[in-house]
Amino acid sequence: MAKFRIAVHITPRKGLLDPQGNAVRDALRTLGFNAVKDVHVGRYILVETDAYDALTAEDAVTDMCAKLLANPVTEDFEIESAVPA
Amino acid sequence: MKFGIVTFPGSNCDYDAFQAVTDILGEEATYLWHKDHDLQGSDVIILPGGFSYGDYLRAGAIARFSPIMREVAAHAKTGGPVVGICNGFQIACEAGLLPGALMRNSHLQFVSAEVRVRVENSDTMFTNLYDRGEILRMPVAHGDGRYVAPADVLEELEAEGRVVFRYADAGGNINADANPNGSERNIAGIISEGGNVLGMMPHPERACSPLLGSNDGVRLLESILARVAA
Repeated sequence: MAKFRIAVHITPRKGLLDPQGNAVRDALRTLGFNAVKDVHVGRYILVETDAYDALTAEDAVTDMCAKLLANPVTEDFEIESAVPA
Repeated sequence: MKFGIVTFPGSNCDYDAFQAVTDILGEEATYLWHKDHDLQGSDVIILPGGFSYGDYLRAGAIARFSPIMREVAAHAKTGGPVVGICNGFQIACEAGLLPGALMRNSHLQFVSAEVRVRVENSDTMFTNLYDRGEILRMPVAHGDGRYVAPADVLEELEAEGRVVFRYADAGGNINADANPNGSERNIAGIISEGGNVLGMMPHPERACSPLLGSNDGVRLLESILARVAA
């Protein structure tokens, strides 16, 4: 067993109203960043876990996302490659 | 009839529910601690409002894994009545007892106000003492109350009469102005496929006395009594 760290990005499901993202987008435009097209605000989660190898760790975190870390109705998730912790 | 009211760390409407059941309805109620594994013979389960586990991760996401929820799910599966109010609605959705999810209010603000809801289906375990189309007044107090579900699920809910309450104005019109949180189709409350799990964002337990502004919530509790005791 080795220790791995995996980063998870969770964002509002595309197509669903994201009022928080819209508010930040509008604030950026007010600041003069007129080229900003879209902003989405989500969560960034770091998981440290023991696993036999990186692939096993990534599979486990994908399972964690499906079961708890992300809501399957409203959120999308992406996991980064596992790195040794 | 015995009502079991689940107390999660962060629940804050459990006492209101307890009082509504015991003082107003005159029935027995007991608190069920979230770490318990026993519904103590409760006939009806209430998942009360509040901020269980500080709304960490997502509202209701952690409470769903409380030990007591396994028993609550088993109770629901066998047709036992479950009422999820506010945070309880969020928990019921996270637990898969009800479809869809509750997201951040569209205007991003916490809303604490009295709202009106229209009774969309009066042939349920929870609404049989109301008239269809009747307008009820109840308080809401939430930051994450915007009901969302995939389009096919919304169609299914509508087709099966499972949208029980919709936000409406005083004249019974369903419009954006009457919608306090941006819920899809002004949905304020739904029931499960089996009809025995109700989830709603408004608080019927806080609308049980004219002294508090409304007693429109009383008949919801009485409806359960009428149906379950029958």
